[in-house]
Amino acid sequence: MNILVCVKRVPAPGARINITEDGLAVDTAFLGFTVSPHEECAVEQAVQLIEKHGGEVTVLTLGPVEAEEQLRTAVSVGAAKAVLVPISESDWDPQRTAQAIASVITDLENANGKFDLVLFGNESADSCGYQVGIRVALKLGRPMVNGAKGLDIEGNVAKVRRESDAGQEIYMLPMPSAVGVKEGINLPRYPTMKGRLASKKVEISRTESTGSVGGLKMIQLQRPPERVSNTQILGTGPEAASAVVDLLEELGVFK
Amino acid sequence: MSVLAVIEHDRGTIASASLGVLTAARNLATQMGASLEAVTVGANADSLATVAAQYGATVVHQAHHAALTDFGPEAWGEAVAQVVKKISPQVVIGTGTERGHEVIAQVAARLDLPASMNCTEFDSSFTEIQPLKVVRARWGGSLLEQAEVDAPIKLVTLANHTVEAVESPASAANMVHEVELNDSVMHSFVQDRVERVAGVTLATAPVVVSGGRGVGSAEAFAPLEELAGLLGGVVGCSRAVTNNGWRNHTDQVGQTGTRIAPDIYIACGISGAIQHWVGAMASKNILAINTDKEANIVTKAGYAVIGDLHKIVPAISEEIRRRRG
Repeated sequence: MNILVCVKRVPAPGARINITEDGLAVDTAFLGFTVSPHEECAVEQAVQLIEKHGGEVTVLTLGPVEAEEQLRTAVSVGAAKAVLVPISESDWDPQRTAQAIASVITDLENANGKFDLVLFGNESADSCGYQVGIRVALKLGRPMVNGAKGLDIEGNVAKVRRESDAGQEIYMLPMPSAVGVKEGINLPRYPTMKGRLASKKVEISRTESTGSVGGLKMIQLQRPPERVSNTQILGTGPEAASAVVDLLEELGVFK
Repeated sequence: MSVLAVIEHDRGTIASASLGVLTAARNLATQMGASLEAVTVGANADSLATVAAQYGATVVHQAHHAALTDFGPEAWGEAVAQVVKKISPQVVIGTGTERGHEVIAQVAARLDLPASMNCTEFDSSFTEIQPLKVVRARWGGSLLEQAEVDAPIKLVTLANHTVEAVESPASAANMVHEVELNDSVMHSFVQDRVERVAGVTLATAPVVVSGGRGVGSAEAFAPLEELAGLLGGVVGCSRAVTNNGWRNHTDQVGQTGTRIAPDIYIACGISGAIQHWVGAMASKNILAINTDKEANIVTKAGYAVIGDLHKIVPAISEEIRRRRG
């Protein structure tokens, strides 16, 4: 089976996210970049599926040329092919992104046949739009479920498990289909030495694409109001246990 | 002119997030001089019209189709899209939940409209025609974005827990819409469901004792389990812990894990990276146990104990047992 995984390059923040002076972007001067976490799990899930059922994983990203780094990361853990849709910004609005990605997927499929599964992350870690995968799937005419915490193949059906307040839900999507994956579906592996070599050698194909600018426009980023806390230090070491239990009593959680 | 609230429900049981959405939609409608309307999906949700009216809806649209007996993202999206198309509201507000985002995204894709998820504020001077200015949460809420939604129909979701539900009864007219659903939306329905076993979950526990990288191993979580047990709580963890395979992802607190709001969050050996913090920040009280008094979590917590969690956590359990006799 052939699986396509769409990933996004996002900054890897630590304790604090800083904004550039113009308020238009995250200040990444001191930050590394990573594959958005849900998508990291989507790549892992795709690799596990082809290990079980045979086939090939292709990874695709729409992003700056630096996003090649994230494509290579995906190859280092088992993806075979990588496609970059280069743009000059760090990202595009969701409608434009979806239009461009859908058109690239259509071209890839016209050349090499359909992907049985197209995987996305549930939402990107940075912009949290919750919609690109759903828009792409509709343009490609495929059934789509987001929030997958489990994904197996049974015959020509993708069996998706997800969690709700009520319990675990099962969805059965005839392939070709699209699924949005959530972190927790698996534990992504670390690259092997062989994988690292493959990731250095892989030829990343570049496909230009575009879409019309959509109606959601970012004006400015702002930091939420800082939580001011005058931390009360209850003590140092195990001797503080008594003060802790006093606090638990005071808060009514220890009776 | 109207603002449409999309009611989320599960087999006819309303999702609590819907009440915040009704309230936010009513506030926006009042300020615009528009009417508050609501939409429910499936005949099993018809009875929710009285709830919508309790929150000020004057028209409740009921999307009906024989297939709409359970949740299905595409069928729900298509049903709501047909109602939206028919009544052309100025603004449509959905819940900021997994299902809510998914349904609004489906509506947006089907009507080729922009959508802004997890909004925390709407421009109070908004009337109509011009773009709707919103503030929305990025990075799971650790960063906010001022954005504009520029379209004839503005689709948004309301970030959960940002608007408190307030009733304002009105009398509502119910309007049934028989929607048409073709085969393409019939696949993604809930096919089977394993009901959750009753009990304390990470999301609802009054006490969460959580461990981070500083715990050091899977086995070293035993004292945290013990303390959680004594307090009737559960154990949580940071992403570093799940990445190391020490605990299951279902225990993870954070942006890509569970968002919690316990009476007290006891964070042991957790530095407090921003992705973790956004999952824990709704806690009513936070006690950090950490060797580093400059750790991010220590500076943000209300209370802290400085030192080695491996000695402190058992000492707390011991003290609890001593006082209980």
